[in-house]
Amino acid sequence: MDKILVGLKRVVDYNVRVRVKSDGSGVETDGVKMSINPFDEIALEEALRIKERGDANEVIVVSIGNNDAQQQLRTGLAMGADRAILVETANHVDSLTGARVFKALIDRENPDLVILGKQAIDDDNSQTGQMLAALWNRPQATFASNLSIVGQKATVTREVDVGLEIVEVDLPAVITVDLRMNEPRYVKLPDIMKAKKKPLDQVLLGDLNIEEATGIKQVVFEPPSERQKGAMVDDVAGLVAALKDKGLI
Amino acid sequence: MLASDNGQSTMNFALSDEQQMIVDTVRSFVENELYPHEAEVERTGKVSPELGQSIAAKCKEIGFFAANMPEEFGGGGLNHLDFTLLERELGRASMALSVYFGRPSGILVACEGEQRERYLLPAIAGEKFDALAMSEPDAGSDVRGMKCNAREDGSDWVVNGSKHFISHADIADFVIVFVATGEEETSRGPKKKISCFLVDRGTPGFEIRTGYESVSHRGYHNSILNFDNCRLPGTQMLGEPHRGFELANRWLRATRLTVATMSVGRARRVLDLAVPYCVERKQFGQSIGKFQGISFKLADMITEIDAADWLTLSAAWRVDRDLPCNREIASAKLYATEMLARVTDEALQIFGGMGLMSDLPLERFWRDARVERIWDGTSEIQRHIISRELLRPLES
Repeated sequence: MDKILVGLKRVVDYNVRVRVKSDGSGVETDGVKMSINPFDEIALEEALRIKERGDANEVIVVSIGNNDAQQQLRTGLAMGADRAILVETANHVDSLTGARVFKALIDRENPDLVILGKQAIDDDNSQTGQMLAALWNRPQATFASNLSIVGQKATVTREVDVGLEIVEVDLPAVITVDLRMNEPRYVKLPDIMKAKKKPLDQVLLGDLNIEEATGIKQVVFEPPSERQKGAMVDDVAGLVAALKDKGLI
Repeated sequence: MLASDNGQSTMNFALSDEQQMIVDTVRSFVENELYPHEAEVERTGKVSPELGQSIAAKCKEIGFFAANMPEEFGGGGLNHLDFTLLERELGRASMALSVYFGRPSGILVACEGEQRERYLLPAIAGEKFDALAMSEPDAGSDVRGMKCNAREDGSDWVVNGSKHFISHADIADFVIVFVATGEEETSRGPKKKISCFLVDRGTPGFEIRTGYESVSHRGYHNSILNFDNCRLPGTQMLGEPHRGFELANRWLRATRLTVATMSVGRARRVLDLAVPYCVERKQFGQSIGKFQGISFKLADMITEIDAADWLTLSAAWRVDRDLPCNREIASAKLYATEMLARVTDEALQIFGGMGLMSDLPLERFWRDARVERIWDGTSEIQRHIISRELLRPLES
């Protein structure tokens, strides 16, 4: 195949304890370590392995957000992506808008495969890949833990509630990846220096002629309520009595 | 390679994207490849050769081996500032493990002719490990007082004497050794002339013996070197005859930056353990961080860590620009190592009795911190360098 498109979302690093802003308008990001969404890093690793096996010519990484997301794209380039596209916007991007942006880029780039993380660890929606497949009218295989490509077909192992499901999809397709698919590589020192010279195109979201979704409004952010202190019971009988007492059984 | 020249401004405290990637990569390497083996190193006091080689191999694979050495010889070509950032992250981990994250002595760049093929290039390629020998039982801070000597015999040199406290000589394939090669008269009395030699493990008359048990850096061993009529061809000399002291002085700057920045990295790791503990640990019905006696400790710790960090980074920045930097490097080494002593001591205090137990890594950081104020120039020697630079211009 020719091209693989990979999404890299800039999110609060998974090691950071997330705090809600005091005015409830969002999550604190000032002075907070930001990283590539871990599932997206796995998506990129998979795309790079496909390319290294000789099954693809080019890996393009895409991010949607403000100028700071360049940092995540540069990291993607240092990992081995060939070029990057930053779709700039200061607005919050919900799943549908994200999917529309990817659809607009697909129309420009004609990729054979789009690999995304199964969800972003900030809003945990797990929707963009599925919406994109619908907009594009192409097959989707979500929560992938293994992927092999032969000709114009991809065989995908999916992690589902009852176990592993193996599906075959025709390319082009959208694949979203799960945690156990691979272990992303370390960035190599010489590649860090080369990343600076790789192309990074910037496009304004407004210039893509897409409709920004307005169906979802973020009203207020609140930290989850603190967990109630638990109580120790002596034995099973005590547990049953406590559950009955609370009307739970 | 100019990862640090990211801004237009001459003073820019932000990391470039490239520097951030270096920091992130080394941090994640340290957390994934080194931390998991630390408990074992503490328990056994050693690193198995297989583990050491596998760390070195992984480091090579990601192109970070010999990151400090020039690109023209196959190194990573990082400048001092970028390399200082790298070593800051490396400093978080056990020295016994991080020593395999290959950083050959910068002094090897002085190799000439066939020395390049025999020492410089294999050191950069990770085929040969080096160690460096300066200290002697009777010549510590007073380096020039060294007794280990070489006398010229035809085109050879014959070395006699001993060295001690030689870090990681136990895993070295060759040692860079400084010895006295005569004496000269100066206006301030007689002064020893020093020369530098490259000595292969296994050279007749050269013995590498197990050193002392140290309270700091378990598993990172020191050795004793003995020379008994050890005959070396003249081609084993590194640099000019009798100019070894100048060579050492130039190189010692880099090792002092290394000690300073690794101290900063370790102090940050200690703080990363102490802060959440102050929230989780409850006494008298509340988090101990609510008590001013504890919270002010944290305030002092972060303030001192940041101060040491910037002092060290700015000294490295000066080296890269060929600005005078001896005093600045001495200040960084002095302050960062003394800061580490205070930070590890206070962190241990915050953890109370548990801090002393080997179930937690606090006692290890506290022990490890002790050597930093001694090796690569004691705090007293650093204060001497700093004060001399202040006073000398006014004294003549």
